Amino acid sequence: MTYLDFEKPIEDLQEQLDKLRKIGENGKVNMASAIKELEDKMLETRKGIYSHLNGWQRVQLSRHPERPYTLYYISQLCSKFIELHGDRTMGDDKAMVGGIGTLDNESILFIGQQKGINTKQRQYRNFGMANPEGYRKALRLMKLAEKFNIPIVTLIDTPGAFPGLEAEERGQAEAIARNLYEMTLLKVPVICIIIGEGASGGALGIGIGDRVLMMENTWYSVISPESCSSILWHNWNFKEQAAEELKLDAKSMFDFKLIDGVIKEPLGGAHNNPEEMAKILKREIKKHLIDLKDFTPKERIDNRIKKFSAMGFFEE
Amino acid sequence: MAWFKRSKEGITTTTEEKLEVPEGLWWKCPSCKKTIPTADLKENKYVCNNCNYHPRINSVEYFWILFDDNAYKPLFEDLRPTDFLGFKDLKSYQDRLNDAAQKVNVSEAISVAAGLVHGHKLVCACMNFNFIGGSMGSVVGERIALAINHCIKTKSTLLIISKSGGARMMEAAFSLMQLAKTAANLTRLSEAKLPYISLMTDPTTGGVTASFAMLGDLNIAEPEALIGFAGPRVIKETIKKDLPKGFQRSEFLLEHGFLDFIVDRKELKDKLAEVMAILLQEK
Repeated sequence: MTYLDFEKPIEDLQEQLDKLRKIGENGKVNMASAIKELEDKMLETRKGIYSHLNGWQRVQLSRHPERPYTLYYISQLCSKFIELHGDRTMGDDKAMVGGIGTLDNESILFIGQQKGINTKQRQYRNFGMANPEGYRKALRLMKLAEKFNIPIVTLIDTPGAFPGLEAEERGQAEAIARNLYEMTLLKVPVICIIIGEGASGGALGIGIGDRVLMMENTWYSVISPESCSSILWHNWNFKEQAAEELKLDAKSMFDFKLIDGVIKEPLGGAHNNPEEMAKILKREIKKHLIDLKDFTPKERIDNRIKKFSAMGFFEE
Repeated sequence: MAWFKRSKEGITTTTEEKLEVPEGLWWKCPSCKKTIPTADLKENKYVCNNCNYHPRINSVEYFWILFDDNAYKPLFEDLRPTDFLGFKDLKSYQDRLNDAAQKVNVSEAISVAAGLVHGHKLVCACMNFNFIGGSMGSVVGERIALAINHCIKTKSTLLIISKSGGARMMEAAFSLMQLAKTAANLTRLSEAKLPYISLMTDPTTGGVTASFAMLGDLNIAEPEALIGFAGPRVIKETIKKDLPKGFQRSEFLLEHGFLDFIVDRKELKDKLAEVMAILLQEK
């Protein structure tokens, strides 16, 4: 387990606990009560820490190296899944994955950015930064789902759309803009869930839905705290402050009515219990899919337009 | 002993002021360095008489270029920005808004007006780069949404003239959601079968390009305008190579298939009218 800086007290307690358990296993001294006491203390400490996380700590958790990614959730949620590739024009973007499958015998389409689980994979997945062909693949698959009346779930986890030379040549901006427009008009239910990082246009490019949800320890904003610090403070040292100012955490986003719900994570974050996290995710998706079935396609589209139109603040 | 002495230390002209077309009698072209009378520049539709350079101009100038007899109705001016989040970096957002309101003669990074262009009904939403870098905040999104409503109500064509550094960071996720809001509302204009022409001018980047600017029935641009998603500096840092000449300029985008055509500012009005006449089958 990799511990983050603010998790130091937990790490220390874990070390003590491991030592006690070892002694206990040797069988010479009965450690049961001491272990129990320490376990209680550990639970208290964890509850204390995770109930008061600031914006930057959420950002750290959203990027935790052991945090589950899109394909993990798909493998846990779908009894059948067939990955589909390519945008039919340029290539197959490894940073954006998608495919059809079944969720408790109901057909479903999953799309999401995919990060790598080790150095080699991270490069292969371009760190979850999609190129235009990724957004176009996503749209192609969404249109496929629409044609066969299959609901769509997008899992968002990206540090941004890739800012590369070829990405510009192939129209990164156009690809994202097209998705915003076309997703508004999808006739089938669309649920978008931030499962890690929700960085700006790169996230929004698969983020227009009837329900937009955020997991508890994720972030979603117009820019990453680091880039925001570098532009507005002229150096990289104000990322914590930038994270606070941006109010990029799930609760703030929900309070601002910019998202429709927050998904609870297991204590300590999704990576502490990925299986439990997948179960919670499945429950949430199913709940919202049932709700959305009550609407006609036209009602869903109208509501989508109405929802996004209401976002903004100004004086009249 | 120097012949001349600086009375003030350093350069005092701010970037914003420099980008403005000066009010004085003379204008010096930043491209060919030729000095020409400001009246001649205006006469030439704010294009350099000598080298055809297109300096950055604001909504007032575009409205003057476009609307018949310079007659137009400004819309949604009452809609004003606020610092809802209490955002503060080195300066508070409220201070930035106050400064902008004092320095420039526009109320936000976009101004909307309705009028006639060679007799065709047009609603023009034009961005003002001198208002916080033409960044897209809530007011920009809302004014575009209202402009779309106005088009539908009055059966007018929509022209958006983009000139923006992208999203407005000081409005955080609210700024991001303006991408979704503008794109969503454009679907309604499309449903009403009204034309939307997107004119990109120097510079059009970030969230503006990744939403309404790229969604025109026609995407057009002024010559040599910088148009892109990521800024050139970010791309350079990412790929650690120099960028090719002309990269992300209008001509480059035309070549890669993202523009219908490039239009000279002097021909903008006639070309627009021609497009509207053909699309709407109006004589």
